This record gives sequence, structure tokens and C-alpha cells, in this order.
Amino acid sequence: MELQSPAIVMGVSGKPAELLELKLVLGDHVPVIKRFTGGGTVIVDEGTIFVTLVCNKDAVPQVQPYPRPIMSWSGTLYDEVFRGIADFQLRENDYVFGNRKFGGNAQSITKNRWIHHTSFLWDYEDRNMDYLKLPSRAPEYRSARDHTEFVCRMREYMQRPAFVDRTIKALEAYFSVQPVSSEAAVNGDPQTTTTTEFIPSTRLVSEKELEDAFASTTFERMAHTVRI
Amino acid sequence: MALRIWASSTANALGLSVASKAPALAPLSRCFSSVLDGLKYAKSHEWVKHEGSVALVGITDHAQDHLGEVVFVELPEVGAAVSQGGSFANIESVKATSDVNSPVSGEVVEVNDKLGEAPGLVNSSPYEDGWMIKVKPSNPSELESLMGPKDYTKFCEEEDAAH
Repeated sequence: MELQSPAIVMGVSGKPAELLELKLVLGDHVPVIKRFTGGGTVIVDEGTIFVTLVCNKDAVPQVQPYPRPIMSWSGTLYDEVFRGIADFQLRENDYVFGNRKFGGNAQSITKNRWIHHTSFLWDYEDRNMDYLKLPSRAPEYRSARDHTEFVCRMREYMQRPAFVDRTIKALEAYFSVQPVSSEAAVNGDPQTTTTTEFIPSTRLVSEKELEDAFASTTFERMAHTVRI
Repeated sequence: MALRIWASSTANALGLSVASKAPALAPLSRCFSSVLDGLKYAKSHEWVKHEGSVALVGITDHAQDHLGEVVFVELPEVGAAVSQGGSFANIESVKATSDVNSPVSGEVVEVNDKLGEAPGLVNSSPYEDGWMIKVKPSNPSELESLMGPKDYTKFCEEEDAAH
């Protein structure tokens, strides 16, 4: 399925009514996807770079399969990627240059493996940020800044091929890395048999769900007005 | 039991205490995380309390401390089947969802509805108000394969020391 751009991606427990400007989202028919990992809401477009690390729980020595150790290790990894490029740091759970976020993270941890994935804000249109409300749960360093004051564009700091090359090089300190086709990455090794049926839990939120969420927020606003 | 400083621990960064009210079960150890007597423990850091025909299940103090602030708990429906070692719930903390695995097989007979509005109970009271499900065990002998409090305390120490 090919989705138009931009699209909104929410974390597993995200509530559209709380996180999205639903009137705009519905009016512009922006697809809303709910992923299976935790974390917040992002706008993604054709420029977004996604880096996903899927690891067996003991794959990285000294890193326990819990949120903070994994996040901390990822900060160390990307320290190498951005060394000498910009004032990079892992700030609370975000990747920032200075105090501006350019990478958002999310994780899922099971008994035997974990996933840590990042959406890197390569470039964006200011108007796309209008689809998102200011989240009620935000990192302290955000200091109530709106989206355009809080985020920055990665393309202003480095070239895209350089980012890819540096990320691969940083990963080679921990793993042996080899390229595979995107088809092989999605479908797996045909020589490996598995008896487990994979049922994806990431899903497209239907327009009806969004409309119902919008209707409930409108009803609440009206009820509040009447009470006053 | 000698206390050990766990170098990798976040020093109970949440500043939470299980003993905020007098617990019904006596704490065996007050290292960094509480381990209670009278419970059985799984290697994936869930606890189970078998009372008659029902087993109460939750995650341990060690687990809640390592997960961080719990913001959302997804529980199964009453009537769902659980199997020992299989995932039955998801906990969201910080930016992560983490599977919770059942220490016993059986049928879910009750879930803790309070966790919908107050997921933080898992942090503040992991062995009492933060319980997650009640299970009618289909094979009570499975409890024998679980760890007792002393073995679980040692397991946690070794796991933290190895990282």
C-alpha cells in the first residue's frame, strides 16, 4: 500500500483527539498510522529517514533490554555518527542539535529481542506541523516551545549520503554489516522456515475513527460552553 | 545477605517506595528493589501469588524500576487464555512498550481496571495495587519451575552485575 505524503505516525497509546488537530487532518485527508512501539507523534514525509535497529536481547554486550539502557546506548552510537558535525546529544529521549530536536525515538521490548527506531527529520514544511497539537506530555527541555521553535532540519547540518555512511560505520563497531535488498529485509531469508504467523499490529487509523474522535471533542467543547 | 551497589542501576531515580503503606507480605530484602516473601518469580521479572484456585500476577519492583514511569497498560480481556512464558500484556513507559509474560498458564478471570486511569500504580505499588491479572491456573505444577524470593534476588543481582 502506498500512502500519500505527509502522513502522521502515532505511538501505541496515542489518542487522536489529544494529539492531532483533527479538523485539519480530516479536511486534508492526512493518513494517520498507529505503530506498535511507544512514544509520541510525528509527521513523516518523503524526506524522512528511518533507522530501525532490531536486536536479540543479548546482542549488545553491557546493554540490558530495558528502555533507558537501550536509549543511552543509541546515544553513544549516534555520538559517533555526528562527531565533528554538530552539537549533537541525546537529550531526555530525543536526538538534538543544541536544544532543537531532529530525531524522535521509540522502542518495543519483548522477552527475547528489542527494537529501537528513529525517525530523522530531514526536512519539513512548516505547515505540516499545524496538524499536531502541543502534546500534554512533553520533555522538560522543550519548555513549551511550539513545533517550529522546537525542531530543526537535519539537511542543514549534513549531506544525506554522509549520514548513511557514518551510521553504517558506527554500527560496524558493534555488528558485521552487509547490504540486503529491501525485499529481503521485509520478507526475510527464504531459506529460513518459520512456523510463526506474523500478524502486524501497526495499522492505519480509519477516517471513521478520526471523525468519531473529532465529534467527541466537539461535543465536549459544546457541553463545556453550555455549563458556563 | 550483603547489600551490593549496582553500578548500572539508576539509583531508584523515580524515588518510589513499595513500602508507602504497610505491605501485606514481608519484604525479604531491601537492596535496591524489593522482593517479597510468599511469591514466586519468573526470569522475565513477573511475580505470581497463588491463592487457592486463583493466581495473582504482576511485575516486580526490579522490573518497574528498570522500565521507568509507566504511562499506559494494555491488559487482556477476561476469559483470555494465557500460557506460561507467553506475553499477555503491554506496558508503555518512556518511549517503549514492553511485553509482560505470564508466569503460569490458565484463564484470565479478572483484570485490574484501575490501571486504565492510574497506570502509575505499577510503579508505586507493584506487588499490591499495581497487580495486573488474576488467572485460574490450568497447571498449578508450573509454579514449581519458578524462582523463590532468594533465588530471584540473586538472579536480579547477577543480571545487573553482568551489565
